[in-house]
Amino acid sequence: MDAAKLKTETITLNVGPQHPSTHGVFHMILTLEGETIVDLEPVVGYLHRNHEKLGEGFTYLQYCPYPSRLDYICGMTNEHAYALAVEKLAGLQVPERAEYIRTIMAELNRMVNHIVSIGFLLNDLGAFFTPVLYCLKQREKVLDLFEMASGSRMMFNYIRYGGVARDLPEGFISAAQEVVGSFPGFVDELEQLLTENEIFVARTKGIGILPPDVAVDYSCTGPLLRGSGVPYDIRRVDSYSIYSRFDFDVVTRPNGDVFDRYMVRIEEIRQSTRIVEQALGELPEGPVMAELPRTFRPPAGDAYGRIEAPKGELGFYLVSDGGDKPYRLKVRSPSFINLGALPVMARGYKVPDLVAILGSIDITLGEVDR
Amino acid sequence: MAEEEPRADIAELEERFPEAVEPLGGGVLQVETAHLLEVAKYMREDPDLAFDYLSSITGVDRIGEGRFEVVYHLYSMRREAGPLVLKVFVPREEPVVPSLAAIWSGANVQEREVYDLMGIRFSGHPNLKRILLWEGYDKHPLRKDFQED
Repeated sequence: MDAAKLKTETITLNVGPQHPSTHGVFHMILTLEGETIVDLEPVVGYLHRNHEKLGEGFTYLQYCPYPSRLDYICGMTNEHAYALAVEKLAGLQVPERAEYIRTIMAELNRMVNHIVSIGFLLNDLGAFFTPVLYCLKQREKVLDLFEMASGSRMMFNYIRYGGVARDLPEGFISAAQEVVGSFPGFVDELEQLLTENEIFVARTKGIGILPPDVAVDYSCTGPLLRGSGVPYDIRRVDSYSIYSRFDFDVVTRPNGDVFDRYMVRIEEIRQSTRIVEQALGELPEGPVMAELPRTFRPPAGDAYGRIEAPKGELGFYLVSDGGDKPYRLKVRSPSFINLGALPVMARGYKVPDLVAILGSIDITLGEVDR
Repeated sequence: MAEEEPRADIAELEERFPEAVEPLGGGVLQVETAHLLEVAKYMREDPDLAFDYLSSITGVDRIGEGRFEVVYHLYSMRREAGPLVLKVFVPREEPVVPSLAAIWSGANVQEREVYDLMGIRFSGHPNLKRILLWEGYDKHPLRKDFQED
């Protein structure tokens, strides 16, 4: 048979909306040539509940429990971003002690996010539930701390505008020191299992490459951006809250592949550990909440507050008309915007690589769909 | 916050586009819809400005004034500067804004979201269709006059 007469055609493959690798309800329409991905169209919105419209219906205080419902892995940082935006809008000063407590919680939350992200990446790669079990076990220790402080393990409602809801309970500092002390050993152990593991390296190195200029062009932030070698960390750039007081390194890696994103997260866990240790050591005494009027009405105007959330830039844009509810509340979600670069990362790779690439972006669908 | 108002950047844009931009204070620049593309392109490509990072696009329904605002938060990653906020005002009856997807690829999904939820159309967008709600739905729920069925 004449080989020139053989014709091939592309096929369309639907991945999701129900697929274990999507960690939620997410749909990808792939165009394939053999096993190679020619194009990918992400389809989102399955969990959409119009969070921003809901935000317009609550007073500023009533909205406080809702940010942790966006990215439910990172409740503390979500609440921090919202608090920051309201404080900017109303010109509030936060007491010192509250700033330290917030930093401790935010960094603990970053550690939780990264270990969960790494654990589930391994799950996606087929190392079914052994690595993630180690990770979740470590995460539980941090959730115990969150529960001590806020009364809840995931939906905290703890960081509020003006400070934090209540002071740390007795015994928190020593408990936190113990948990934080267990992290360096844990991260080393995790690295021993994974970083030089032949199968893991084969599945992640050189896969899903995102060049730095493309990452910036697509508004990517967080470990995804820093894994492509761009040293942009909002904790450093804006030095919001009290981050300028702590020693930590902005972690970058040069190659922009799945492996480098993994390495950025590993190293960021270590850096967050450093920050929490410093903050626990320097924690000042004092009030944890600013004096606020009974009815809180920020002046008419708008403000944008953003933080370096574990997944990237999380921002809240608030518009006030002088009333007790936001006139407009917008969530700039890192998961949603980072996901926009998925087609670029996936083109030219094979179908099994897609699972690794998606896992390495680290999305939470609750935050994508809002 | 270590944020400073990007005065020098605003002054430069004012000088270059006196007809097109109007500072509103607080690091905010109002841009005429017709000139948005050239201002945005200049901000991105000029080596001194280098606003390479489009952080967010938001639609705000100012129903009382009969207009929509489209708000762009821009930063420069290279210079670690920003935000410089651009605001574009469009009439509610004919809400069309030029798409910036050709200048910042990150605008693509965000403009689709604003279109979907607020009903502002972005002319020249490569793929302007709903993103969070379903095709065939005929309302834009973030509008202030939105009525549930």
